[in-house]
Amino acid sequence: MSNSNATQVEEILSTARTLRSELGTDLHEQLVEAVYSTAARIADLAVTKPGEKARLTLDRTIDRLVTSRLWGFPIMFLLFALMFWLTISGANVPSGLLAWLLIDTIYPLLREGAAAIGLPWWLWGLVIDGMYLGTAWVVAVMLPPMAIFFPMFTLLEDFGYLPRVAFNLDWLFKKAGAHGKQAMTTMMGFGCNAAGVIATRIIDSPRERMIAILTNNFALCNGRWPTQILIATLFIGSLVPAYFAGLASAMAVVGVAGLGVVLTFVIAWVLSRTVLRGQVSTFSLELPPYRPPRILQTLYTSVIDRTLLVLWRAVVWALPAGALIWLTANIHLGGRSVAEHLISLLNPVGLFVGLNGVILLAYVLAIPANEIVIPTVLMLTVLVTGATGVGQGAGVMFNLDDTNQLMSLLNAGGWTLLTGVNLMLFSLIHNPCSTTIYTIYKETGSAKWTAVAALMPVALGFAVTFLVATVWRALAG
Amino acid sequence: MTTPTMGATAAGCAACPIHNVANLLKLGVTMDNWNFVVALAGNPNTGKSTVFNALTGLRQHTGNWPGKTVTRAEGGFEYRGHRYKLVDLPGTYSLLAASPDEEAARDFILFGRPDVTLVVVDATRVERNLNLVLQVLEITDRVVVCLNLMDEARRHGLEVDDRTLARELGVPVIPASARYREGLDRILEAVSDVATGQFVCRPRRIQNEPSELKRAVADLTTRIASAFPGLANTRWVALRLLDGDERIIQAIRQGELGELGSVVPSEMATPEAAHLGSV
Repeated sequence: MSNSNATQVEEILSTARTLRSELGTDLHEQLVEAVYSTAARIADLAVTKPGEKARLTLDRTIDRLVTSRLWGFPIMFLLFALMFWLTISGANVPSGLLAWLLIDTIYPLLREGAAAIGLPWWLWGLVIDGMYLGTAWVVAVMLPPMAIFFPMFTLLEDFGYLPRVAFNLDWLFKKAGAHGKQAMTTMMGFGCNAAGVIATRIIDSPRERMIAILTNNFALCNGRWPTQILIATLFIGSLVPAYFAGLASAMAVVGVAGLGVVLTFVIAWVLSRTVLRGQVSTFSLELPPYRPPRILQTLYTSVIDRTLLVLWRAVVWALPAGALIWLTANIHLGGRSVAEHLISLLNPVGLFVGLNGVILLAYVLAIPANEIVIPTVLMLTVLVTGATGVGQGAGVMFNLDDTNQLMSLLNAGGWTLLTGVNLMLFSLIHNPCSTTIYTIYKETGSAKWTAVAALMPVALGFAVTFLVATVWRALAG
Repeated sequence: MTTPTMGATAAGCAACPIHNVANLLKLGVTMDNWNFVVALAGNPNTGKSTVFNALTGLRQHTGNWPGKTVTRAEGGFEYRGHRYKLVDLPGTYSLLAASPDEEAARDFILFGRPDVTLVVVDATRVERNLNLVLQVLEITDRVVVCLNLMDEARRHGLEVDDRTLARELGVPVIPASARYREGLDRILEAVSDVATGQFVCRPRRIQNEPSELKRAVADLTTRIASAFPGLANTRWVALRLLDGDERIIQAIRQGELGELGSVVPSEMATPEAAHLGSV
């Protein structure tokens, strides 16, 4: 910029400063007022309003119901319970079909094919037993629930129900020192925590956004539902008469998810009173009109944008994880596999908090994706118990359909009811998966906060399981 | 590809409005060598993303809640032989830069120098939406207003007269229901007319400030105009300076504003609001 221009600029700026002080402090309001009154005048000319009667009353009636103090919460609870129930029960059949196709049909073919062309055992072990089987498991377990849950969620969103949920939950989050919009990001977290963390961008205040990011992990994500359901079925369902088992285990799962929501509020409350102190920002949330959801378009976008995207991410992580699991089980040091060494190392800690070494190792190996926790646990249990006649061999991830067989396998591995309960708790309260951790780093840009987000839940998880184990043992005498 | 080549079909049909949508070639994320940049602005939840998807053929996720679009989305389309880059800005209620969203939207309209700013307006909430339109009109005069959600307005029994709006605002106002793809043809036509200069907007500028303020604005406007000849929105800059807007003070010091005057909004405008992506 030339010198004379720079002088001119400073002159303009100083004139502006002088004029501003002459005009007084309400200048901003005057400007806004000028815009508003012009807008009002033009709108008045262009818009013909009908009589009050023609006002659409259906929207208002629905709103009065779903945001009412009395009915708001029960309706919300029922709606989401229905959605989860449909997801859990509806996913079983397609999951079984996919497992049959990918694991029972294609997998043996691949093995035969590998044997026929004479591949060395370690190569097909790594690729087929490790990578393919791990990925197949993730696809079979994850795809059906996501393909059911995400479209339902998107339909609710398209209809306009989500802002009403935020409206209902606003006061709770505010009490906890967090932002009311966190209700929506928590909801997204039930689908996928990484998606939930990205969704926190809707929160303007950095402080409240950080709270939302740090607590999103307590929303029980898709990848953890299978663990919850299986363990609840095995350990909780067997406590009650058979005709009652389904309901009891479903309630146990919903209870764990509910505990996650409670933890979200508690941790948000603690954070906002310690390291993330500050004002709760108010926001005006516009309740948009209800719109008839566009079913086909919603199905299309939720399958493309959400389901396949999340699935692809899981597959990308499952490939190396499957290879790693196979390697730890098949590389031997001093007569024992690496996995066995690690398990005996972790066992004292695990047993101390009412879990075991197998579970802890599974959680370390399964950092890339929560979905593979259960297959890894089973595979490692077979390895340490030396059980024969189940599964396909060392380091091969598999799924047992027969619950009796599963139960006897776990009993052989030293599992008790306490192990089951604590596994459900630890599955809720542990570090986020690596994708979520990476997303947190990208969103916060801070290694420190990313570390907090990763380590805080693990510490909490150990504290909670230890507490439960201690009380349990005291009561059991 | 089996898409119609523009040269062959457009020549005969270009003048015929019926064929406008047929002339639309959705380019998705292909947007190299664009001729014009179109910014998509509007209040939250007015259907910006729906309009964006309809024009680009992309599937930017749309949802019925305010604040859905958290990242800037870009896409391309081709119409009547020109290639357009469409930038979906975050939804805002004003451009006073009170929040990161508002700042991002404003900076793009100001420094990104879009050839056309398409403001999507909710036909059921005209008054509140006009606040934003009027603020956009202060910054740029190349504006097309899309009066969206006309179906909902009808459902509510509201009658919105687009011609009165167009006359009062001095820019094209197109009634539409983007969800049902109504009005897209006329939006394309208007955007193309404004982009190519076939239609010259005469935007309304706010005139009802108190007289003291008016005098101050006039004084400052004259000074700015002489320092930055060619700057189109001197009045708006004067208002921002009077309001003590730090971003604009910084822009004027560092010469960013001077550049706006010296370059004609043109075919190779490169968006400078790079931080928009980090909102």
